[in-house]
Amino acid sequence: MATPRSTSRDLALIAIFAGITFALGLVPPLYVPISPVPITAQSLSCMLTGSIIGARRGGLALLLFLVLTAIGLPLLSGGRGGIGAFMGPSAGFLIGWPIVTWLIGLLTERVGAPYRVGAGLGINALGGIVVLYLFGIGGMILRTQMTLPAALLANAPFIPGDLVKVVIAALVAKGVHSAYPGLLQQRRTAGAGATVA
Amino acid sequence: MNTGTLGLYRPGTSPLHRARAGTKLLGLAALGLGSVFLTTWQTVTAALALVVALYAVAGLPPRTMLRQVRPMLFIVVFVAVFHVWTAGWVRAYEVLGVILLLVLAAALVTLTTPVSAMVDAVVAAAGGLRRFGVDPERLGLILMLGIRCVPLMSTLVAEVREAQSARGTRSLRAFAVPLIVRALREADAMGEALVARGVDD
Repeated sequence: MATPRSTSRDLALIAIFAGITFALGLVPPLYVPISPVPITAQSLSCMLTGSIIGARRGGLALLLFLVLTAIGLPLLSGGRGGIGAFMGPSAGFLIGWPIVTWLIGLLTERVGAPYRVGAGLGINALGGIVVLYLFGIGGMILRTQMTLPAALLANAPFIPGDLVKVVIAALVAKGVHSAYPGLLQQRRTAGAGATVA
Repeated sequence: MNTGTLGLYRPGTSPLHRARAGTKLLGLAALGLGSVFLTTWQTVTAALALVVALYAVAGLPPRTMLRQVRPMLFIVVFVAVFHVWTAGWVRAYEVLGVILLLVLAAALVTLTTPVSAMVDAVVAAAGGLRRFGVDPERLGLILMLGIRCVPLMSTLVAEVREAQSARGTRSLRAFAVPLIVRALREADAMGEALVARGVDD
């Protein structure tokens, strides 16, 4: 797809995590009484994909997911898809997904194996909330010509759900890395040198 | 690979259905660029009327058209309230009209173009990006792998749900961990199959 070339296993992982992003969209949305918007599981994928298969493969997986959505597959939550999804007011969030996944992957690779939930929480919040909202709210201001405070207010109802996702994603990533080790490089420990599995 | 039943495509024989995918995508891009000149309510209305007419040409019922814009209802209402409040009805109509126009036009391309034709158009366009390190064949391969993963993951989701209801657990974590671990094993098998078929490592 791009240089450096991916191995066959990388290609398979990229395709599978595009599929996992779709699968998370099949989880029924959670309606919380105090919030006007439902919590959907699909946006968990940026945090999960980045922290499980890393920056390069993870970013490409979400990019593939967006391309498959754009060419007409109903992969977004609620069976949405097509190019129209990229024309709406929330398109900035979609555009941000591969970049955020790449960032979360990069930071998770820096921490290394074994996966640490504490570090994961911080990384997920930074990527999945701070950076993602930069893209999402930036796109919304461009598209709808609202002011920054209005755009922030429009997105405020989504923040509690996203905080829940930060925690779930870190716990799920921990569970997956425990059950399927070898995806992350071993952490380099000072003095002991590199201990690469 | 059969992708006919998977997409949002609505089969038909209209001129829009018969037009080439690349032509429609270029038309959409032109509309996107041209939309910056739609600055009055009159031009916005004319453009919206044109897109609505094209839905009729494509033989798509109004219900299908409305379904394309329903997911953004919450944000549209918010944006409408904001602009009516700060700049009046006309401004709100102009801003939202352009968004509706582009969403409807883009959805029209999707509704009248099969996924397989889109894949061909994307792979053909990638040929022009060869010098930037894009390999069209590899791009076609990864698109096909991704399409294959959609029914594959649907099956895995059904299996994991079944196992979950047997154990009486409903937490998202208890769903996602086994789903992803199974998917990783599928990826291993898929990677081996690719090597066996001579996709280089």
